[in-house]
Amino acid sequence: MVESVQTPVPQAHSQAHSQAHRQPGGMRGFVSDWASDQQAFKNVSWGKAMMWIFLLSDTFIFGCFLIAYMTARMSTTVPWPNPSEVFGLTIAGHEIPLLLIAIMTFVLITSSGTMAMAVNFGYRRERRRTALLMILTAILGAAFVGMQAFEWTKLIHEGVRPWENPWGAAQFGSSFFMITGFHGTHVTIGVIFLFIVARKVWRGDFDTGRRGFFTSRKGRYEIVEIMGLYWHFVDLVWVFIFAFFYLW
Amino acid sequence: MVDASHDGNDVITPAAVEDVELYHPHSWWTRYVFSQDAKVIAIQYACTAIAIGLVALVLSWLMRIQLAFPGALPFIDADRYYQFITMHGMIMVIYLLTALFLGGFGNYLIPLMVGARDMVFPYANMLSYWLYLLAVLVLVASFFTPGGPTGAGWTLYPPQAILSNTPGGEWGIILMLVSLIIFVIGFTMGGLNYVVTVLQGRTRGMTLMRLPLTVWGIFTATVMALLAFPALFVACVMMLFDRMAGTSFFMPAIVEMGEQLKHGGGSPIMFQHLFWFFGHPEVYIVALPAFGIVSDLISTHARKNIFGYRMMVWAIVIIGALSFVVWAHHMYVSGMNPYFGYFFATTTLIIAVPTAIKVYNWALTLWRGNIHLTLPMLFSLAFIVTFVNGGLTGLFLGNVVVDVPLSDTMFVVAHFHMVMGVAPILVIFGAIYHWYPKVTGRMLNEAMGQLHFWITFLGAYLIFFPMHYVGLVGVPRRYYEIGETSFVPASVHDLNVFITVVALIVGAAQMLFLFNLVWSLRHGREAGGNPWRATTLEWQTPQTPPVHGNWGKELPIVYRWAYDYSVPGAAEDFIPQNQPGTLGVTREAVA
Ligand code: HEM
Ligand SMILES: [Cu+2]
Repeated sequence: MVESVQTPVPQAHSQAHSQAHRQPGGMRGFVSDWASDQQAFKNVSWGKAMMWIFLLSDTFIFGCFLIAYMTARMSTTVPWPNPSEVFGLTIAGHEIPLLLIAIMTFVLITSSGTMAMAVNFGYRRERRRTALLMILTAILGAAFVGMQAFEWTKLIHEGVRPWENPWGAAQFGSSFFMITGFHGTHVTIGVIFLFIVARKVWRGDFDTGRRGFFTSRKGRYEIVEIMGLYWHFVDLVWVFIFAFFYLW
Repeated sequence: MVDASHDGNDVITPAAVEDVELYHPHSWWTRYVFSQDAKVIAIQYACTAIAIGLVALVLSWLMRIQLAFPGALPFIDADRYYQFITMHGMIMVIYLLTALFLGGFGNYLIPLMVGARDMVFPYANMLSYWLYLLAVLVLVASFFTPGGPTGAGWTLYPPQAILSNTPGGEWGIILMLVSLIIFVIGFTMGGLNYVVTVLQGRTRGMTLMRLPLTVWGIFTATVMALLAFPALFVACVMMLFDRMAGTSFFMPAIVEMGEQLKHGGGSPIMFQHLFWFFGHPEVYIVALPAFGIVSDLISTHARKNIFGYRMMVWAIVIIGALSFVVWAHHMYVSGMNPYFGYFFATTTLIIAVPTAIKVYNWALTLWRGNIHLTLPMLFSLAFIVTFVNGGLTGLFLGNVVVDVPLSDTMFVVAHFHMVMGVAPILVIFGAIYHWYPKVTGRMLNEAMGQLHFWITFLGAYLIFFPMHYVGLVGVPRRYYEIGETSFVPASVHDLNVFITVVALIVGAAQMLFLFNLVWSLRHGREAGGNPWRATTLEWQTPQTPPVHGNWGKELPIVYRWAYDYSVPGAAEDFIPQNQPGTLGVTREAVA
């Protein structure tokens, strides 16, 4: 069973102390503002703070992956395959470079837009619209993963393996599968959670105070916004992968 | 004495966040096993860490016996020795020290010290422990796989770490990498909790600049861990691919046993960069909590406010930041642009400044204090001298020209055991003697504790001091037998025997400590709520041991910093943080 312990808010002591209240300026004032009582980031909920800090940590993971990839690419003595050829599609006899990847990027960025709208409707407590937009976001995300699977299949058919490829440095395949795979995993996890949260929003769990299956705790609409943070981050990371892997 | 809490935050603001939802378990299982209470999780973390730490301790005996009496234990051959070294080092650094400081002390102390009911996300906190346990089990499993655990050294340098002829090349290395990956994921769940609890979950009146230094140390270390472990995670994932999918991130073209391997074009140096980008901050991840805890122990047991609180906080933060830009001092002999060496030597030496500030401040806190030579105080004093000692040899090794001849000798082994082995362990002991009464309601036995302290403290010096000399004459590190080598004087062999005998005695003393932990549970003296007459919030809980939710109906309100000891005019020589009233007002007058 879960229960809230309510704390009454005693005011008595605050008067006794207010005469000692002096606002310091400069560096001290800066520090004491940030260091003040209860919360360092005013009005930032625990969930949001946690997601931001997680994303910071995750940035370091992607950063390490990308830097390792760039090091490999810059130091290789064997030619690096040309991405605009490798990632081209032949449509009606025309070789169009980076077509698929352009579509994928477009889809993912669009999904960021729908996610932002979902967050907006979440603020207004419009359950149905929020849920529908989240599901739309999830579908776009799933489409992204699907296209990525298509791209992987295509490259594998052309002979790209983590340990070799027909065109040059073996690290091309290794980094490609590793980095897009790791990012794709992020998108997939996001899609799953989008569906779960969308279901809860649709059902009105956050209005009725229904408790989570695992945690036995009540959820809040805020989770939509937290999902949004995650989703935008995954998009942003994709922009970097796109730039460093495909455009370089 | 000046009350440093007069920093403009004296107005007690109304509660900004509503009180947390507590999960009240119904069954024994959810109360003690799958518990979401940070205090239970802390004890689970601590017990697991100590259990696996014992394995590492036993491994160190076996290594020492081999070094002193080569061949005395017939099952130790070169391969075994490497496996023992690797597991000993990795367990001590990650699975014992990191887990015990952050998962153990962090979980127990953060919510209590900041006046919270629990961590902000108890469920994730629980998962963190279970993932840690899984990581430990995977690691232990590698002892029982064909080929045994990996013998690559705790640094796991490729290419040799994943070559099939390295001991444990079949399964050991895979399980090691998997275990580390799980550890990082599990730690992240806990770490996010610790950070958010400190930043956003404090009680009213608890400004950041009123936090006990223990919390500052653990908090900064956790932030560092959240930024440093990603590098380890990435390095492990990439190495796992090299080992299992035949990629060549770290593997250059290489011939093994006359056979050209399929790898080529990878960079072993890149692994070193990733590893040490994690590895150096890791040193401070175990040092900063120790710094914080020691500051509190000294202040409490010398009945004096900590000297230069703000300076101490900034020193912790600056050390944390700087430790991200020194990593390549571990790679002076790996082949680096000389200018890099210059840069990293400079940053390394700069860290000595905030560190020295901390040491001076501890000394000044003690100066003319009312020093009670309790066990926590003894261990704290022992820590300070040991840390200074290890820090001084660190200055040697930080300089490229001195490091090049000393690198990979027993001198390095002596250095890092002093600074990140013995020193933090001493703090852990001190902290356990200090907080055991809060956790269990009983004091640890003093006589056993004294014996434990003196054997451990003197023993550690007898073990590691001679090791500096052994290293200076050139005995290399990670050699399972030096044999009759011409440059090694006979004295080294005698010293090796001496060191080993002491190491075994020190090891036995730890059994006494464990016995004390168990024995005192029942037979220890009743402690009461605040046996050390300390100011910090964890000693002011309504019950001892604190119950679920920590504070009863009302959260405490904080009126002062954590170091109001021996305030002139006060009725007692300490004023708890949650006691209202200005200086000189007695407790009775307020009540
Ligand atoms: C009872 C106390 C201890 C003894 C007797 C001991 C002994 C040893 C020995 C004999 C070695 C191998 C040296 C060599 O041949 O290169 C070693 C390595 C090591 N120890 Fe300890 N140790 C102790 C405690 C600790 C602690 C508390 C830590 C925690 C940081 C630690 C961390 C390490 C590390 C990181 C290595 C290097 C492993 C490697 O080279 O891969 N040790 N220790
Ligand atoms: Cu270092």
